[in-house]
Amino acid sequence: MIRITVDDERFEGRDGQTIAGVLIGAGRIAWRTAQTGERGVFCGIGVCHDCLVTVNGLSGVRACQRAASDGDVIEREVRA
Amino acid sequence: MRRVAVLGGGPAGLAAAQAALALGAEVTLVDEGAGLGGQFWRHHDTITDPRLTHGRARFDRLRGALEQATVHTGASVWSADVAASVTLRAFAGSADGPSRRSLAIEADAVVVATGAHDLALPVPGWTLPGVTTAGAAQALAKRDGVTVGRRTIVSGSGPFLLPVAQSLALTGSQVVGVHEASTVRALAAGWLPRPWQLAGKAGELVEYVAALARHRIPYRPGSAVVRVLGESRVEAAVVASLDAAWRPIPGTEREIVCDAVALGHGFTPRLEAALSLGCAIVGEHGARFVAVDDEQRTSNPLVFAAGEVTGIGGADAALAEGAIAGFLAAGGSIDDSRLRGPLAVRRRMRAFAARLERAHGIRQGWTDWLDDDTVVCRCEGVAKQAIEQSSHAPMRAMKLASRAGLGPCQGRTCGHAVEEIMAQAGGRPSGFDRRPILAPIRLGELAGQSGD
Repeated sequence: MIRITVDDERFEGRDGQTIAGVLIGAGRIAWRTAQTGERGVFCGIGVCHDCLVTVNGLSGVRACQRAASDGDVIEREVRA
Repeated sequence: MRRVAVLGGGPAGLAAAQAALALGAEVTLVDEGAGLGGQFWRHHDTITDPRLTHGRARFDRLRGALEQATVHTGASVWSADVAASVTLRAFAGSADGPSRRSLAIEADAVVVATGAHDLALPVPGWTLPGVTTAGAAQALAKRDGVTVGRRTIVSGSGPFLLPVAQSLALTGSQVVGVHEASTVRALAAGWLPRPWQLAGKAGELVEYVAALARHRIPYRPGSAVVRVLGESRVEAAVVASLDAAWRPIPGTEREIVCDAVALGHGFTPRLEAALSLGCAIVGEHGARFVAVDDEQRTSNPLVFAAGEVTGIGGADAALAEGAIAGFLAAGGSIDDSRLRGPLAVRRRMRAFAARLERAHGIRQGWTDWLDDDTVVCRCEGVAKQAIEQSSHAPMRAMKLASRAGLGPCQGRTCGHAVEEIMAQAGGRPSGFDRRPILAPIRLGELAGQSGD
Protein backbone atom coordinates (compact mmCIF):
# COMPACT_ATOMS: atom_id res chain seq x y z
CA MET A 1 0.00 0.00 0.00
CA ILE A 2 1.27 3.49 -0.86
CA ARG A 3 -0.08 6.91 0.02
CA ILE A 4 0.17 10.05 -2.11
CA THR A 5 -1.43 13.48 -1.92
CA VAL A 6 -2.97 15.19 -4.90
CA ASP A 7 -3.97 18.83 -4.54
CA ASP A 8 -3.80 18.29 -0.75
CA GLU A 9 -6.19 15.33 -0.89
CA ARG A 10 -4.90 11.92 0.26
CA PHE A 11 -5.07 8.81 -1.91
CA GLU A 12 -4.13 5.21 -1.26
CA GLY A 13 -2.93 2.95 -4.03
CA ARG A 14 -1.28 -0.39 -4.64
CA ASP A 15 2.48 -0.57 -4.78
CA GLY A 16 3.48 -0.52 -8.44
CA GLN A 17 0.52 1.44 -9.79
CA THR A 18 1.10 4.55 -11.86
CA ILE A 19 -0.03 7.89 -10.47
CA ALA A 20 -2.94 7.73 -12.93
CA GLY A 21 -3.77 4.22 -11.75
CA VAL A 22 -3.88 5.31 -8.09
CA LEU A 23 -6.16 8.25 -8.87
CA ILE A 24 -8.53 6.35 -11.15
CA GLY A 25 -8.65 3.49 -8.65
CA ALA A 26 -9.82 6.03 -6.08
CA GLY A 27 -12.52 7.33 -8.42
CA ARG A 28 -10.76 10.51 -9.47
CA ILE A 29 -10.63 10.81 -13.28
CA ALA A 30 -9.60 14.46 -13.85
CA TRP A 31 -6.59 16.29 -12.42
CA ARG A 32 -5.40 18.83 -14.95
CA THR A 33 -7.02 22.05 -16.15
CA ALA A 34 -6.68 22.62 -19.90
CA GLN A 35 -7.98 25.40 -22.14
CA THR A 36 -11.18 23.48 -22.80
CA GLY A 37 -11.79 22.08 -19.31
CA GLU A 38 -10.66 19.32 -16.99
CA ARG A 39 -8.51 16.47 -18.25
CA GLY A 40 -7.19 13.17 -16.94
CA VAL A 41 -5.97 10.12 -18.83
CA PHE A 42 -6.64 9.92 -22.55
CA CYS A 43 -4.02 7.71 -24.26
CA GLY A 44 -2.71 5.93 -21.18
CA ILE A 45 0.64 5.12 -22.80
CA GLY A 46 2.57 8.39 -22.67
CA VAL A 47 1.68 9.79 -26.08
CA CYS A 48 -0.96 12.50 -25.55
CA HIS A 49 0.33 14.40 -22.49
CA ASP A 50 -3.24 15.03 -21.30
CA CYS A 51 -2.43 13.65 -17.85
CA LEU A 52 0.51 15.93 -16.92
CA VAL A 53 1.01 16.68 -13.23
CA THR A 54 3.63 18.28 -11.02
CA VAL A 55 5.34 15.61 -8.89
CA ASN A 56 7.32 16.72 -5.83
CA GLY A 57 7.80 20.13 -7.42
CA LEU A 58 8.79 18.89 -10.87
CA SER A 59 6.26 19.89 -13.53
CA GLY A 60 5.35 18.11 -16.74
CA VAL A 61 5.31 14.53 -15.50
CA ARG A 62 3.00 12.08 -17.30
CA ALA A 63 0.81 10.52 -14.62
CA CYS A 64 0.21 7.46 -16.81
CA GLN A 65 3.94 6.74 -17.12
CA ARG A 66 5.28 7.52 -13.65
CA ALA A 67 4.98 4.86 -11.00
CA ALA A 68 3.58 6.35 -7.80
CA SER A 69 5.97 6.38 -4.83
CA ASP A 70 4.87 6.46 -1.22
CA GLY A 71 4.76 10.09 -0.05
CA ASP A 72 4.61 11.68 -3.50
CA VAL A 73 3.15 15.18 -3.42
CA ILE A 74 1.26 15.86 -6.61
CA GLU A 75 -0.18 19.12 -7.82
CA ARG A 76 -2.56 20.00 -10.60
CA GLU A 77 -1.27 21.87 -13.65
CA VAL A 78 -3.33 24.66 -15.17
CA ARG A 79 -3.14 25.88 -18.73
CA ALA A 80 -5.23 29.00 -19.40
CA MET B 1 31.79 -8.43 -33.58
CA ARG B 2 28.79 -6.91 -35.33
CA ARG B 3 26.91 -4.37 -33.20
CA VAL B 4 23.13 -4.33 -33.60
CA ALA B 5 20.91 -1.73 -31.92
CA VAL B 6 17.22 -2.52 -31.48
CA LEU B 7 14.84 0.35 -31.00
CA GLY B 8 11.76 -0.85 -29.15
CA GLY B 9 11.14 -3.71 -26.70
CA GLY B 10 7.76 -4.97 -27.91
CA PRO B 11 7.25 -8.26 -29.76
CA ALA B 12 9.15 -7.11 -32.88
CA GLY B 13 12.09 -5.67 -30.97
CA LEU B 14 12.40 -8.64 -28.61
CA ALA B 15 12.32 -11.09 -31.51
CA ALA B 16 14.90 -9.01 -33.37
CA ALA B 17 17.21 -8.95 -30.37
CA GLN B 18 16.89 -12.69 -29.87
CA ALA B 19 17.65 -13.42 -33.53
CA ALA B 20 20.64 -11.09 -33.63
CA LEU B 21 22.03 -12.64 -30.44
CA ALA B 22 21.62 -16.10 -31.94
CA LEU B 23 24.00 -15.04 -34.70
CA GLY B 24 26.54 -13.82 -32.18
CA ALA B 25 25.96 -10.08 -32.54
CA GLU B 26 26.55 -7.59 -29.76
CA VAL B 27 23.00 -6.34 -29.11
CA THR B 28 21.78 -3.17 -27.41
CA LEU B 29 18.02 -2.83 -26.94
CA VAL B 30 16.39 0.48 -25.99
CA ASP B 31 12.79 0.97 -24.90
CA GLU B 32 11.03 3.94 -23.35
CA GLY B 33 8.73 1.84 -21.18
CA ALA B 34 9.55 1.07 -17.59
CA GLY B 35 9.57 -2.62 -18.49
CA LEU B 36 9.98 -4.68 -21.63
CA GLY B 37 7.09 -6.03 -23.66
CA GLY B 38 5.72 -2.99 -25.44
CA GLN B 39 1.99 -2.44 -25.51
CA PHE B 40 1.17 -6.08 -26.23
CA TRP B 41 2.94 -7.41 -23.13
CA ARG B 42 2.15 -4.46 -20.90
CA HIS B 43 1.73 -5.96 -17.49
CA HIS B 44 2.88 -5.61 -13.93
CA ASP B 45 4.26 -8.61 -12.08
CA THR B 46 1.94 -8.35 -9.09
CA ILE B 47 -0.98 -6.17 -10.21
CA THR B 48 -1.95 -7.62 -13.58
CA ASP B 49 -4.81 -10.13 -13.69
CA PRO B 50 -3.28 -13.21 -15.39
CA ARG B 51 -6.43 -13.57 -17.49
CA LEU B 52 -5.42 -10.36 -19.26
CA THR B 53 -2.02 -11.46 -20.54
CA HIS B 54 -1.58 -13.51 -23.69
CA GLY B 55 1.44 -15.48 -24.78
CA ARG B 56 3.20 -14.86 -21.48
CA ALA B 57 5.45 -17.92 -21.93
CA ARG B 58 6.69 -16.54 -25.24
CA PHE B 59 7.46 -13.23 -23.56
CA ASP B 60 9.38 -14.92 -20.75
CA ARG B 61 11.44 -16.88 -23.28
CA LEU B 62 12.28 -13.76 -25.29
CA ARG B 63 13.15 -11.80 -22.18
CA GLY B 64 15.28 -14.66 -20.96
CA ALA B 65 17.25 -14.63 -24.20
CA LEU B 66 18.26 -11.02 -23.52
CA GLU B 67 20.68 -11.93 -20.76
CA GLN B 68 23.51 -11.57 -23.26
CA ALA B 69 22.30 -8.16 -24.46
CA THR B 70 22.62 -4.65 -23.10
CA VAL B 71 19.09 -3.49 -22.26
CA HIS B 72 18.05 0.07 -21.48
CA THR B 73 14.43 0.49 -20.34
CA GLY B 74 12.91 3.81 -19.34
CA ALA B 75 15.05 5.29 -22.11
CA SER B 76 13.61 7.87 -24.51
CA VAL B 77 15.54 7.98 -27.76
CA TRP B 78 15.45 11.59 -28.89
CA SER B 79 17.97 11.48 -31.72
CA ALA B 80 18.78 8.84 -34.35
CA ASP B 81 21.37 9.32 -37.10
CA VAL B 82 22.90 7.07 -39.68
CA ALA B 83 26.03 7.61 -41.77
CA ALA B 84 28.84 5.03 -41.84
CA SER B 85 27.29 3.67 -38.64
CA VAL B 86 24.19 4.28 -36.53
CA THR B 87 24.08 6.65 -33.54
CA LEU B 88 21.18 6.74 -31.11
CA ARG B 89 20.95 9.22 -28.26
CA ALA B 90 18.61 8.72 -25.32
CA PHE B 91 17.82 9.85 -21.79
CA ALA B 92 17.15 7.10 -19.30
CA GLY B 93 15.57 7.19 -15.87
CA SER B 94 12.11 7.50 -14.29
CA ALA B 95 9.48 8.85 -16.68
CA ASP B 96 9.88 12.61 -17.14
CA GLY B 97 12.02 12.52 -14.00
CA PRO B 98 14.91 14.74 -12.97
CA SER B 99 18.55 13.88 -13.62
CA ARG B 100 18.05 11.20 -16.23
CA ARG B 101 21.31 9.87 -17.58
CA SER B 102 22.40 10.47 -21.14
CA LEU B 103 23.10 7.48 -23.39
CA ALA B 104 24.86 7.33 -26.74
CA ILE B 105 24.67 4.04 -28.64
CA GLU B 106 26.82 3.26 -31.67
CA ALA B 107 25.92 0.33 -33.89
CA ASP B 108 26.66 -1.20 -37.29
CA ALA B 109 22.97 -1.76 -37.94
CA VAL B 110 19.69 -0.85 -36.28
CA VAL B 111 16.28 -2.49 -36.17
CA VAL B 112 13.50 0.06 -35.82
CA ALA B 113 10.66 -1.62 -33.94
CA THR B 114 8.99 1.42 -32.47
CA GLY B 115 5.46 0.07 -32.88
CA ALA B 116 2.25 2.01 -33.06
CA HIS B 117 -0.16 3.78 -30.78
CA ASP B 118 -3.93 4.08 -30.77
CA LEU B 119 -5.65 6.10 -33.36
CA ALA B 120 -8.78 7.62 -31.84
CA LEU B 121 -10.85 9.80 -34.14
CA PRO B 122 -12.34 12.93 -32.63
CA VAL B 123 -16.00 13.06 -31.57
CA PRO B 124 -17.84 16.08 -30.16
CA GLY B 125 -17.30 15.90 -26.39
CA TRP B 126 -14.22 13.70 -26.58
CA THR B 127 -12.20 16.03 -24.34
CA LEU B 128 -14.50 15.29 -21.37
CA PRO B 129 -12.88 13.33 -18.52
CA GLY B 130 -14.06 9.75 -18.85
CA VAL B 131 -13.22 9.50 -22.55
CA THR B 132 -10.06 7.53 -23.17
CA THR B 133 -8.54 5.65 -26.05
CA ALA B 134 -9.24 1.94 -26.24
CA GLY B 135 -5.53 1.42 -25.62
CA ALA B 136 -5.71 3.48 -22.44
CA ALA B 137 -8.63 1.41 -21.19
CA GLN B 138 -6.58 -1.70 -21.92
CA ALA B 139 -3.38 -0.33 -20.36
CA LEU B 140 -5.16 0.84 -17.20
CA ALA B 141 -6.93 -2.50 -16.84
CA LYS B 142 -3.81 -4.58 -17.44
CA ARG B 143 -1.09 -2.44 -15.91
CA ASP B 144 -2.98 -0.76 -13.05
CA GLY B 145 -5.99 -2.99 -12.45
CA VAL B 146 -8.46 -0.12 -12.73
CA THR B 147 -11.21 1.11 -15.05
CA VAL B 148 -12.17 4.73 -15.65
CA GLY B 149 -15.93 4.13 -15.42
CA ARG B 150 -18.57 1.78 -14.11
CA ARG B 151 -20.54 1.82 -17.36
CA THR B 152 -18.29 2.02 -20.42
CA ILE B 153 -19.11 2.20 -24.11
CA VAL B 154 -16.40 0.94 -26.47
CA SER B 155 -16.52 2.54 -29.92
CA GLY B 156 -14.27 2.45 -32.97
CA SER B 157 -13.15 -0.23 -35.35
CA GLY B 158 -11.05 -3.35 -35.47
CA PRO B 159 -10.65 -6.59 -33.54
CA PHE B 160 -8.71 -4.80 -30.78
CA LEU B 161 -12.05 -3.55 -29.41
CA LEU B 162 -12.87 -7.12 -28.36
CA PRO B 163 -10.00 -7.73 -25.90
CA VAL B 164 -10.53 -4.18 -24.61
CA ALA B 165 -14.16 -4.97 -23.82
CA GLN B 166 -13.12 -8.22 -22.18
CA SER B 167 -10.47 -6.47 -20.06
CA LEU B 168 -12.95 -3.82 -18.94
CA ALA B 169 -15.46 -6.49 -17.95
CA LEU B 170 -12.88 -8.53 -16.03
CA THR B 171 -11.64 -5.40 -14.24
CA GLY B 172 -15.12 -4.50 -13.04
CA SER B 173 -16.74 -2.15 -15.52
CA GLN B 174 -20.01 -2.97 -17.15
CA VAL B 175 -19.52 -2.70 -20.91
CA VAL B 176 -22.74 -1.27 -22.30
CA GLY B 177 -21.84 -2.08 -25.89
CA VAL B 178 -19.07 -2.46 -28.43
CA HIS B 179 -19.80 -0.27 -31.44
CA GLU B 180 -17.87 -1.27 -34.54
CA ALA B 181 -18.03 1.42 -37.22
CA SER B 182 -17.66 -0.96 -40.15
CA THR B 183 -20.89 -2.41 -41.48
CA VAL B 184 -21.72 -6.11 -41.44
CA ARG B 185 -21.19 -6.13 -45.21
CA ALA B 186 -17.65 -4.69 -44.88
CA LEU B 187 -16.82 -7.12 -42.08
CA ALA B 188 -18.04 -10.06 -44.14
CA ALA B 189 -16.10 -8.93 -47.21
CA GLY B 190 -12.95 -8.60 -45.14
CA TRP B 191 -13.13 -11.69 -42.96
CA LEU B 192 -15.21 -14.41 -44.61
CA PRO B 193 -13.37 -15.28 -47.86
CA ARG B 194 -10.62 -17.93 -47.74
CA PRO B 195 -11.07 -18.74 -44.04
CA TRP B 196 -8.16 -21.23 -44.10
CA GLN B 197 -5.74 -18.27 -44.38
CA LEU B 198 -6.81 -17.09 -40.96
CA ALA B 199 -5.47 -20.17 -39.20
CA GLY B 200 -4.97 -19.35 -35.51
CA LYS B 201 -6.39 -15.85 -35.82
CA ALA B 202 -9.93 -17.08 -36.40
CA GLY B 203 -9.81 -19.05 -33.16
CA GLU B 204 -8.60 -15.99 -31.28
CA LEU B 205 -11.45 -13.88 -32.62
CA VAL B 206 -13.99 -16.57 -31.77
CA GLU B 207 -12.64 -16.65 -28.21
CA TYR B 208 -13.18 -12.93 -27.81
CA VAL B 209 -16.67 -13.08 -29.27
CA ALA B 210 -17.44 -15.86 -26.77
CA ALA B 211 -16.09 -13.66 -23.97
CA LEU B 212 -18.41 -10.86 -25.07
CA ALA B 213 -21.34 -13.26 -24.98
CA ARG B 214 -20.33 -14.49 -21.52
CA HIS B 215 -20.32 -10.95 -20.18
CA ARG B 216 -23.54 -10.14 -22.10
CA ILE B 217 -21.82 -7.37 -24.04
CA PRO B 218 -23.65 -6.46 -27.25
CA TYR B 219 -21.49 -6.12 -30.39
CA ARG B 220 -23.02 -3.67 -32.87
CA PRO B 221 -21.42 -3.37 -36.30
CA GLY B 222 -22.26 -0.32 -38.40
CA SER B 223 -22.60 2.01 -35.43
CA ALA B 224 -20.52 4.48 -33.48
CA VAL B 225 -20.48 6.94 -30.63
CA VAL B 226 -20.95 10.19 -32.56
CA ARG B 227 -21.21 12.54 -29.57
CA VAL B 228 -20.24 12.43 -25.91
CA LEU B 229 -22.44 14.32 -23.46
CA GLY B 230 -21.70 15.76 -20.02
CA GLU B 231 -20.94 18.90 -18.05
CA SER B 232 -17.61 18.23 -16.38
CA ARG B 233 -17.32 14.51 -17.14
CA VAL B 234 -18.96 11.86 -19.30
CA GLU B 235 -22.64 11.42 -18.46
CA ALA B 236 -23.94 9.81 -21.66
CA ALA B 237 -23.10 9.15 -25.29
CA VAL B 238 -25.07 9.42 -28.52
CA VAL B 239 -24.77 6.33 -30.69
CA ALA B 240 -25.85 6.34 -34.34
CA SER B 241 -25.98 3.81 -37.15
CA LEU B 242 -23.43 4.42 -39.90
CA ASP B 243 -23.51 3.87 -43.63
CA ALA B 244 -20.69 2.10 -45.48
CA ALA B 245 -18.63 5.31 -45.55
CA TRP B 246 -19.09 5.71 -41.76
CA ARG B 247 -21.53 8.63 -42.20
CA PRO B 248 -24.15 8.74 -39.41
CA ILE B 249 -27.60 7.83 -40.74
CA PRO B 250 -30.02 10.63 -39.76
CA GLY B 251 -32.76 9.58 -37.37
CA THR B 252 -30.85 6.64 -35.88
CA GLU B 253 -29.30 8.52 -32.96
CA ARG B 254 -30.02 7.30 -29.46
CA GLU B 255 -28.67 8.44 -26.13
CA ILE B 256 -27.11 5.89 -23.81
CA VAL B 257 -26.25 6.61 -20.18
CA CYS B 258 -22.61 5.82 -19.35
CA ASP B 259 -19.70 7.31 -17.42
CA ALA B 260 -16.84 6.29 -19.69
CA VAL B 261 -16.21 5.96 -23.41
CA ALA B 262 -13.24 4.11 -24.93
CA LEU B 263 -12.42 5.11 -28.51
CA GLY B 264 -10.16 3.17 -30.87
CA HIS B 265 -10.14 3.38 -34.66
CA GLY B 266 -7.01 1.36 -35.28
CA PHE B 267 -3.37 2.24 -34.83
CA THR B 268 -0.88 4.70 -36.19
CA PRO B 269 2.80 3.81 -36.54
CA ARG B 270 5.49 5.68 -34.61
CA LEU B 271 7.61 6.82 -37.53
CA GLU B 272 9.78 9.50 -35.93
CA ALA B 273 12.94 7.41 -35.60
CA ALA B 274 12.55 5.81 -39.03
CA LEU B 275 12.08 9.22 -40.64
CA SER B 276 15.08 10.58 -38.80
CA LEU B 277 17.13 7.63 -40.06
CA GLY B 278 16.16 8.56 -43.60
CA CYS B 279 13.90 5.57 -44.29
CA ALA B 280 11.60 5.81 -47.29
CA ILE B 281 7.91 5.78 -46.42
CA VAL B 282 5.08 4.20 -48.40
CA GLY B 283 1.41 5.11 -48.38
CA GLU B 284 -0.62 8.26 -48.33
CA HIS B 285 -1.62 10.65 -45.61
CA GLY B 286 -3.21 8.81 -42.73
CA ALA B 287 -1.64 5.44 -43.59
CA ARG B 288 2.11 5.85 -43.97
CA PHE B 289 4.48 3.03 -43.11
CA VAL B 290 8.20 2.33 -43.36
CA ALA B 291 8.98 0.69 -46.70
CA VAL B 292 10.83 -2.61 -46.30
CA ASP B 293 11.98 -5.33 -48.71
CA ASP B 294 11.75 -9.08 -48.12
CA GLU B 295 14.73 -8.84 -45.77
CA GLN B 296 12.96 -6.18 -43.65
CA ARG B 297 15.62 -3.78 -44.93
CA THR B 298 14.59 -0.14 -45.36
CA SER B 299 15.86 2.25 -48.02
CA ASN B 300 18.98 2.65 -45.87
CA PRO B 301 21.03 -0.57 -45.91
CA LEU B 302 22.01 -0.19 -42.23
CA VAL B 303 18.44 0.27 -41.10
CA PHE B 304 15.90 -2.54 -40.72
CA ALA B 305 12.29 -2.17 -39.63
CA ALA B 306 9.84 -4.66 -38.14
CA GLY B 307 6.40 -4.75 -36.60
CA GLU B 308 3.68 -2.11 -36.71
CA VAL B 309 5.92 0.57 -38.24
CA THR B 310 5.83 -1.46 -41.47
CA GLY B 311 2.07 -2.13 -41.41
CA ILE B 312 -0.57 -2.94 -38.80
CA GLY B 313 -0.57 -6.73 -38.45
CA GLY B 314 -0.57 -7.59 -34.76
CA ALA B 315 1.86 -9.34 -32.44
CA ASP B 316 2.39 -12.53 -34.50
CA ALA B 317 3.39 -10.52 -37.55
CA ALA B 318 5.66 -8.36 -35.39
CA LEU B 319 7.38 -11.41 -33.89
CA ALA B 320 8.04 -12.90 -37.34
CA GLU B 321 9.26 -9.65 -38.88
CA GLY B 322 11.43 -8.94 -35.87
CA ALA B 323 13.08 -12.35 -36.11
CA ILE B 324 13.87 -11.77 -39.80
CA ALA B 325 15.09 -8.19 -39.26
CA GLY B 326 17.33 -9.09 -36.33
CA PHE B 327 18.82 -12.05 -38.18
CA LEU B 328 19.63 -9.98 -41.28
CA ALA B 329 20.86 -7.02 -39.23
CA ALA B 330 23.36 -9.35 -37.56
CA GLY B 331 24.68 -10.40 -40.96
CA GLY B 332 22.56 -13.52 -41.53
CA SER B 333 21.16 -14.65 -44.85
CA ILE B 334 17.49 -14.71 -45.82
CA ASP B 335 18.11 -18.20 -47.25
CA ASP B 336 19.14 -19.57 -43.86
CA SER B 337 16.87 -22.47 -42.91
CA ARG B 338 16.39 -20.95 -39.45
CA LEU B 339 14.21 -18.25 -41.05
CA ARG B 340 11.80 -20.70 -42.67
CA GLY B 341 9.31 -20.46 -39.79
CA PRO B 342 9.27 -16.67 -39.48
CA LEU B 343 9.02 -16.26 -43.27
CA ALA B 344 5.94 -18.52 -43.37
CA VAL B 345 4.29 -16.65 -40.49
CA ARG B 346 5.07 -13.31 -42.15
CA ARG B 347 3.43 -14.44 -45.39
CA ARG B 348 0.30 -15.51 -43.54
CA MET B 349 0.17 -12.39 -41.40
CA ARG B 350 0.47 -10.07 -44.38
CA ALA B 351 -2.77 -11.60 -45.66
CA PHE B 352 -4.26 -10.98 -42.22
CA ALA B 353 -3.18 -7.32 -42.28
CA ALA B 354 -4.80 -6.84 -45.67
CA ARG B 355 -8.07 -8.28 -44.34
CA LEU B 356 -7.86 -6.05 -41.29
CA GLU B 357 -7.63 -2.99 -43.50
CA ARG B 358 -10.43 -4.16 -45.80
CA ALA B 359 -12.79 -4.94 -42.93
CA HIS B 360 -11.98 -2.15 -40.49
CA GLY B 361 -10.00 0.56 -42.30
CA ILE B 362 -11.12 4.11 -41.58
CA ARG B 363 -13.72 5.41 -44.06
CA GLN B 364 -13.81 9.10 -44.85
CA GLY B 365 -17.42 9.76 -43.81
CA TRP B 366 -16.46 9.91 -40.12
CA THR B 367 -15.84 13.67 -40.42
CA ASP B 368 -19.63 14.06 -40.72
CA TRP B 369 -19.97 13.43 -36.99
CA LEU B 370 -17.93 16.55 -36.20
CA ASP B 371 -19.40 20.02 -35.67
CA ASP B 372 -17.57 23.13 -36.84
CA ASP B 373 -16.53 23.83 -33.25
CA THR B 374 -15.52 20.27 -32.30
CA VAL B 375 -12.04 20.29 -30.79
CA VAL B 376 -9.74 18.22 -33.00
CA CYS B 377 -6.32 19.11 -31.57
CA ARG B 378 -6.74 18.32 -27.89
CA CYS B 379 -3.50 19.98 -26.74
CA GLU B 380 -4.18 23.38 -28.26
CA GLY B 381 -7.98 23.27 -28.32
CA VAL B 382 -8.16 23.76 -32.09
CA ALA B 383 -11.60 23.29 -33.66
CA LYS B 384 -12.39 21.59 -36.95
CA GLN B 385 -13.37 24.89 -38.58
CA ALA B 386 -10.01 26.52 -37.80
CA ILE B 387 -8.22 23.62 -39.51
CA GLU B 388 -10.48 23.85 -42.56
CA GLN B 389 -9.93 27.57 -42.85
CA SER B 390 -6.18 27.21 -43.20
CA SER B 391 -6.15 23.86 -44.98
CA HIS B 392 -4.99 25.32 -48.31
CA ALA B 393 -1.76 26.55 -46.75
CA PRO B 394 1.32 24.32 -46.67
CA MET B 395 1.45 22.09 -43.59
CA ARG B 396 3.84 24.27 -41.62
CA ALA B 397 1.83 27.44 -42.30
CA MET B 398 -1.40 25.63 -41.43
CA LYS B 399 0.06 24.55 -38.10
CA LEU B 400 1.34 28.02 -37.28
CA ALA B 401 -1.95 29.67 -38.27
CA SER B 402 -4.25 27.26 -36.44
CA ARG B 403 -1.83 25.90 -33.79
CA ALA B 404 -3.07 22.37 -34.59
CA GLY B 405 -0.39 19.86 -33.67
CA LEU B 406 1.83 22.38 -31.88
CA GLY B 407 1.04 21.28 -28.32
CA PRO B 408 2.90 18.84 -26.08
CA CYS B 409 1.93 15.74 -28.08
CA GLN B 410 3.15 17.34 -31.32
CA GLY B 411 0.21 16.06 -33.33
CA ARG B 412 0.59 12.44 -32.28
CA THR B 413 -3.04 12.39 -31.14
CA CYS B 414 -4.71 14.58 -33.77
CA GLY B 415 -2.43 14.13 -36.79
CA HIS B 416 -4.55 11.65 -38.70
CA ALA B 417 -7.75 13.65 -38.12
CA VAL B 418 -6.14 16.97 -39.05
CA GLU B 419 -4.77 15.53 -42.27
CA GLU B 420 -8.14 14.05 -43.24
CA ILE B 421 -9.97 17.31 -42.48
CA MET B 422 -7.40 19.24 -44.55
CA ALA B 423 -7.70 16.80 -47.45
CA GLN B 424 -11.50 16.96 -47.45
CA ALA B 425 -11.32 20.76 -47.44
CA GLY B 426 -9.22 20.60 -50.62
CA GLY B 427 -5.79 20.96 -49.00
CA ARG B 428 -2.75 18.74 -49.47
CA PRO B 429 -1.55 17.56 -46.09
CA SER B 430 1.98 16.25 -45.79
CA GLY B 431 3.45 14.25 -42.94
CA PHE B 432 2.70 15.21 -39.37
CA ASP B 433 5.34 12.80 -38.14
CA ARG B 434 8.54 14.65 -39.01
CA ARG B 435 9.72 15.65 -35.55
CA PRO B 436 13.35 16.75 -35.22
CA ILE B 437 13.38 15.76 -31.54
CA LEU B 438 12.02 12.23 -31.51
CA ALA B 439 10.66 12.13 -27.96
CA PRO B 440 9.64 14.84 -25.51
CA ILE B 441 12.66 15.77 -23.39
CA ARG B 442 13.40 18.66 -21.06
CA LEU B 443 15.24 21.71 -22.34
CA GLY B 444 17.75 21.35 -19.52
CA GLU B 445 18.54 17.83 -20.67
CA LEU B 446 19.10 19.05 -24.20
CA ALA B 447 21.25 21.93 -22.98
CA GLY B 448 23.37 19.44 -21.02
CA GLN B 449 24.31 17.84 -24.35
CA SER B 450 25.97 20.93 -25.80
CA GLY B 451 29.46 19.88 -24.75
CA ASP B 452 29.33 16.63 -26.74
